[in-house]
Amino acid sequence: MEIGIGHYLILAGLLFSIGFVGVLRRKNLLMLFFATEVMLNAVNVAFTAIGNYYGDLSGQMFAFFVIAVAASEVAVGLGLLIVLYKKYGSLDLETISSMKG
Amino acid sequence: MYEVIAFYIFAISTTILFLITVMSKNVLYAMTALAAGMVMISGFFFLLGADFLGVVQLIVYVGAVMALYAFAMMFFDATKDIKEKHQNPALVFLLGGLMALVFVVMFSAPIIGENVQALYPIVDGVGNAQAVGMVLFTKYLVPFEVAAVMLLVAMIAGIILAGKKMDYSLTECEVSDQELEDEILKGEAK
Amino acid sequence: MESLVYVALFAPFVGSMFAGLFFGNAPRNAITGWVASTLLFVSFLASVALAVHVVHHGSVHVTMMDWISAGDLSIPFGFLVDEVSVTMMVVVTLVSTVVHIYSTGYMDHDKSYNRFFSYLSAFVFSMLILVMSDNFAGLFIGWEGVGVCSWLLVGFWYHKADRPFEENPSISPSWAANEAFIMNRVADLGMLVGIFLIYWNIGSLQYDVVFAAMPNLADGILVAIAIALFIGAMGKSAQFPLHTWLTDAMEGPTPVSALIHAATMVTAGVFLVIRANPLFSLEAVSGVSLFIAALGTFVAFYAASMALIARDIKRIVALSTLSQLGYMFAAAGLGAYWIALFHLAAHAFFKALLFLGAGNVMHAMDDELDIFKMGGLKKAMMGSYIYMGIASVALAGLPIFAGFYSKDAIIETAFNEGTYIIWGILVITAGMTAFYSFRQVFFSFHGEKRYEALGFHPHDMYKYVLVAMAPLAILAISFGWFMDDFKAFITKNLPAYEMSHHTHHWAWLLGLIVVIIAVAGIVIAYKKYAGKGANAWKRDEEFEASFIYKLLENQYYVPKFYDEFLVKPYTIASEKFWAIDKAVVDGSVDLIAKAFYKSGDVSRGMQNGNLSSYLNWMGAGALLLVVAAALATAIG
Repeated sequence: MEIGIGHYLILAGLLFSIGFVGVLRRKNLLMLFFATEVMLNAVNVAFTAIGNYYGDLSGQMFAFFVIAVAASEVAVGLGLLIVLYKKYGSLDLETISSMKG
Repeated sequence: MYEVIAFYIFAISTTILFLITVMSKNVLYAMTALAAGMVMISGFFFLLGADFLGVVQLIVYVGAVMALYAFAMMFFDATKDIKEKHQNPALVFLLGGLMALVFVVMFSAPIIGENVQALYPIVDGVGNAQAVGMVLFTKYLVPFEVAAVMLLVAMIAGIILAGKKMDYSLTECEVSDQELEDEILKGEAK
Repeated sequence: MESLVYVALFAPFVGSMFAGLFFGNAPRNAITGWVASTLLFVSFLASVALAVHVVHHGSVHVTMMDWISAGDLSIPFGFLVDEVSVTMMVVVTLVSTVVHIYSTGYMDHDKSYNRFFSYLSAFVFSMLILVMSDNFAGLFIGWEGVGVCSWLLVGFWYHKADRPFEENPSISPSWAANEAFIMNRVADLGMLVGIFLIYWNIGSLQYDVVFAAMPNLADGILVAIAIALFIGAMGKSAQFPLHTWLTDAMEGPTPVSALIHAATMVTAGVFLVIRANPLFSLEAVSGVSLFIAALGTFVAFYAASMALIARDIKRIVALSTLSQLGYMFAAAGLGAYWIALFHLAAHAFFKALLFLGAGNVMHAMDDELDIFKMGGLKKAMMGSYIYMGIASVALAGLPIFAGFYSKDAIIETAFNEGTYIIWGILVITAGMTAFYSFRQVFFSFHGEKRYEALGFHPHDMYKYVLVAMAPLAILAISFGWFMDDFKAFITKNLPAYEMSHHTHHWAWLLGLIVVIIAVAGIVIAYKKYAGKGANAWKRDEEFEASFIYKLLENQYYVPKFYDEFLVKPYTIASEKFWAIDKAVVDGSVDLIAKAFYKSGDVSRGMQNGNLSSYLNWMGAGALLLVVAAALATAIG
């Protein structure tokens, strides 16, 4: 049995859905970050698989840039989390409701 | 044949590890599972012939990013279990399940577009790292540089946000402007 | 010559802009009046120079710029100064100049002095565009410009209160302005249809092209075009049944009335018929032409009959205009275009004089219009009396005065054409004209000083105003003497209408009949109204109760008819449509607004400040997008 692009894409979709569930159910901001990392990784797998399927390097290129974006996101996001934690003493989304309209 | 076995091993392990990441109440467990899952993801990259990307995944994600998380966790109380109120978990899983279902259905359909021309084809006889380098520094040079600048900006932002005045709150200014002025005047008087 | 054309055309425009832009909100400033008057005088001089040029070198045709150029349609902004238009230009600018100078005195105390001059000059400018344009589109622009300016000017005292219709003629200026505008709109539709028909069938709107192509068109189309254009002319020139606005337009300031009647508005319709003479003289449209003549004759008689018993001094003059316009159309309809134009010019001079004289009287009598309240003003207002007398004699058509030559020519034409009914009516109308114009003169200037009892202290107009009116008086007397020169000049462009030998033979008798009838009218008027003391005029209660008097006083019940059968049903229909409009149009718009409001109200629940729930919403949205993408791939 050959592993084709379909396998990879379905796997990536499943992983993405796992991350999606995490984003939806997590209330702790740090855990939310983890969930987003999961989603990003899932997408990376998909990119690479498609690139491989078409014999094209562009897929890998996109994965590189996704990694770069993720790295910057973590750097800034964690900084913000620290500030938030100092302000509220917790990272729970429920405690942050200053956006109430 | 070993490819198939490897794929399934990696697939099952990433799924389980990421599920742990998403479901666990303990930050440490979640983080560890995430790191392990990312290692497994790099396995896919090797399988797909993207050696360089796999290495980058290991170094950047598992090395740098997870280390950042680990350091950040030191600011927060990581030993306690996280208490989360879940208002309607059924809805969350319904949405997630639906998403997964859609993806599975969508991707299990035969791929259309067999006749796509590769823009930057993988050349035989050239190592993956070499090929990536060639494409990255020719066609993707500008995005690459922009990404570099972005990383620099992110680094500065991280330092500013997390590093400066660790003992002061940035948003809650306890000392009013007037008091600050008074203090400065006092210092000058001295 | 080209620059001269532009000077003649744009000088009034500059005057209007000067008054409007620089002094729009400024308090009364005498300079606006003088600048506007001077610029108009410049325009007059340019017109005269052009006239001299046309006499010696023929017509001038300039194209200022391309105006509309879309697909096959190409309408340049061009001006044609030929014999016809230059005559109109000279008449228009001369009368307008006098009216402008007159207005500096008449409007002296009005607080909207600057505004008045802005409108007045714009009015003249529009008329010049109408007259000078070398195509129907330009003519139409001028046509509409004249309509707008007349609306602005008739409604100049828009702040005066609306009074009910029964008190006619005391309606309000704004009402009269709207009436004039709307009635003209009805006619303009006909005009537009005519222009469209021309473009549709010929593919051009240039006069020369159009008239050259006319003979090749089918008869039916020609008749349709002629009818449509004449409907336009009927509106502007206030022919029955679109005539009621003209008398109501007397609500405007008197100089405006003078301008409307003498130069800038009502003559436009006659001008159109004269301009389109190649069309109207075609064999195919002879029926329409005869109809024009018949309608003109009818209006001449109809208006004169109403003027017989009118009490309002301006209304009498207005009705006389209506009547004289009827004469012009009669001449034009019978093919004597140059005679129509000649009468138009002569009429412009003495009618302007008559109106300005009436304005003087009004000014002296504190805007009192009822001639029954005047009388014996001769002493107090000698200058105005002389002017009014000259103008009335000219209007009545006594020999050596301008009106005699032109009107007599028209009556002769009717005889010459063998249309004896038209001839007879026109002769009778001439007698009525003489009667009512002198009735008004005798009422206001002779007889008992009835005004004294009412506490008026009349005084004549400023001296310079009276002097400025002199050119009109001179022309009202002498214009007829140049009839042969005018004929020689104008027939280069218009068909030369010659009386047959037979008519020529009887011309002296025809003239004599007209003069005798006119003199009879004057004598009757003198006997009845100019007396003093014991034989002084008394109101004839019995006659005033009679049906004929009622009929005439109510203008043959035409305004009442319009009110009952057009205005009121229209009001009812409008109210119904308003209800529909509110329910359907407004309703649908409101529904959209309400839907948005409601949706905002509902979706406000989302904004609970809980980031987690925001995330859930976002997740739901993302899912929707994914589903959409899946569907798209499945379909595509």
